[in-house]
Amino acid sequence: MKITEELVDYISILSRLKLEPEERAAMAGELEKIVSYMDTLAQVDTQGVEPMSHVLSAVNVTRPDTVEPSFDREALLRGAPARDSETFLVPKAVE
Amino acid sequence: MTWETVIGLETHVELATATKIFCSCTTQFGGAPNTHCCPVCTGMPGALPVLNEKVLEYAVKASLALGCTVTQNCRFDRKNYFYPDLPKAYQISQLYLPIGRDGKVSFPLPDGGRKTIGIHELHMEEDAGKLVHDPWQDQTQCDYNRCGVPLIEIVTEPDFRSGEEVVAYLEKLRETLQYLGVSDCKMQEGSLRCDVNLSVRPAGSDELGTRTEMKNLNSFKAITRAVQYEAQRQIERIQEGKRVVQETRRWDENKDATYPMRSKENAQDYRYFPEPDLPPIQIGDDDLARLRAQMPEMAEAKRERYQAQYGLSAYDAGMMTSEKALADYFEECVALGAEPKTACNWIMTQVLRKLKELGQEPGRMAFTPDRLCRLLALVEEGSLNRNTAVAVLDAVFEDNGDVDEYVRAHGLSQVRDTGLIEAVVAQVLADNPQSVADLRGGKEKAFGFLVGQCMKALKGQGEPKLVNETLRRKLEEL
Ligand SMILES: [Zn+2]
Repeated sequence: MKITEELVDYISILSRLKLEPEERAAMAGELEKIVSYMDTLAQVDTQGVEPMSHVLSAVNVTRPDTVEPSFDREALLRGAPARDSETFLVPKAVE
Repeated sequence: MTWETVIGLETHVELATATKIFCSCTTQFGGAPNTHCCPVCTGMPGALPVLNEKVLEYAVKASLALGCTVTQNCRFDRKNYFYPDLPKAYQISQLYLPIGRDGKVSFPLPDGGRKTIGIHELHMEEDAGKLVHDPWQDQTQCDYNRCGVPLIEIVTEPDFRSGEEVVAYLEKLRETLQYLGVSDCKMQEGSLRCDVNLSVRPAGSDELGTRTEMKNLNSFKAITRAVQYEAQRQIERIQEGKRVVQETRRWDENKDATYPMRSKENAQDYRYFPEPDLPPIQIGDDDLARLRAQMPEMAEAKRERYQAQYGLSAYDAGMMTSEKALADYFEECVALGAEPKTACNWIMTQVLRKLKELGQEPGRMAFTPDRLCRLLALVEEGSLNRNTAVAVLDAVFEDNGDVDEYVRAHGLSQVRDTGLIEAVVAQVLADNPQSVADLRGGKEKAFGFLVGQCMKALKGQGEPKLVNETLRRKLEEL
């Protein structure tokens, strides 16, 4: 599958990424390499093979509805690139 | 030309589980920001979701109650969506194999008629976090306490023709889900949220017009008005020769108008694929039969039964079933031996009055049915008159105090034991010959004194009318 710069543009809008023109070209090349691997997979003859929705044979893995202590907030916030004392901070996303 | 409004609804309902859909954090409303969070619900790399069994049970029950076919082999899908309210950058939802499909809901309309609409599908998904803009830092704060709270989304067919029909359906939906115990459906706390898809077409046409989606509708009033406004806006556009643009619009309650949302928010290409972190779900025939057997009697059935079995009026039966907790309360009173109409009357007047006063809901009321029944029994046997009983209820309601103890401690019980009253009166007359003589001599005041002596002997608990009558009769007999 050909990854055009237009497609990279579209995907970057969907994923809220701002790419410079030279990044766009590089990204197109990298994505194409990744997607070409899927093309290799697509060559396998899957005629008569049931589609599966999961790689494991497990079904119905559930847990009881019992509250466990939540995580220490400080530990959760520690790795964030931007934060205040209570929340994760991101660039303006609401009006 | 006459126009027809065509409406379909997407309703998100928060499930009443203790924990989130994929982790064991609490779903409790409120809480300091990010204190109901863990690596799973904040989307930390490597954290793995595990489905809450209660979510599956509730979703199946809701599907059954809405007449859906349950998808016995179902799974979750990943909805990719880059917005900071979803820290994983995707929402785990269901697209290809929703848990319920092809349902039907029938509900009464305000004009006395009935309407049946189709349910397209019902699926399970996780809620998103809350974003708050901080004007000082010009940054957005993310609070993920809500993130991962379990939701079901119920999508109807475009079967509604007016805002009134929409509201009637939502009332039925709320009642059904509350009776099932799967959600408390509180619009003000956001546990029932509604998106309205609306288009208009010339009456009689079979084709659907271009629709808009309205978000942010959080009350029945807002829904009714938004539907009216948006239908009119679309009709005017078409009459002016303009096109209706397919877009998402936001209802502004203060301005009574809808506005298009920013186009960025409209970019919809979720690139769904099967969720690789969750194995599929298989619901066996026996599990389905077991859940089906657990379905409670619904409000409409109760309303009919209360009228037929207990002789309640349609209005009273409606009041008793307005909330499941209230219907349960009423039924428990009846089971404990209360006369149904009397119990209903006390619940409607006194219990609801106290709940309103305290700002409480029937489901969280402390005052238990056995207390109310004891109070009714005391009134029935004549130990308390109605006004005193109301005062007792007022006093013990909030803390569910013991009725007998309160009556005793405050000396409220009326002695109606005629034998006891007669004995006391006879003793008082024997002990006060002077007063009896005074009375005979025309001093009416002496009667009051004798009544006082009798009441004193009865510790103030004799029924006044009975004491008076007995005293008069005994005086005549002397
Ligand atoms: Zn969590």
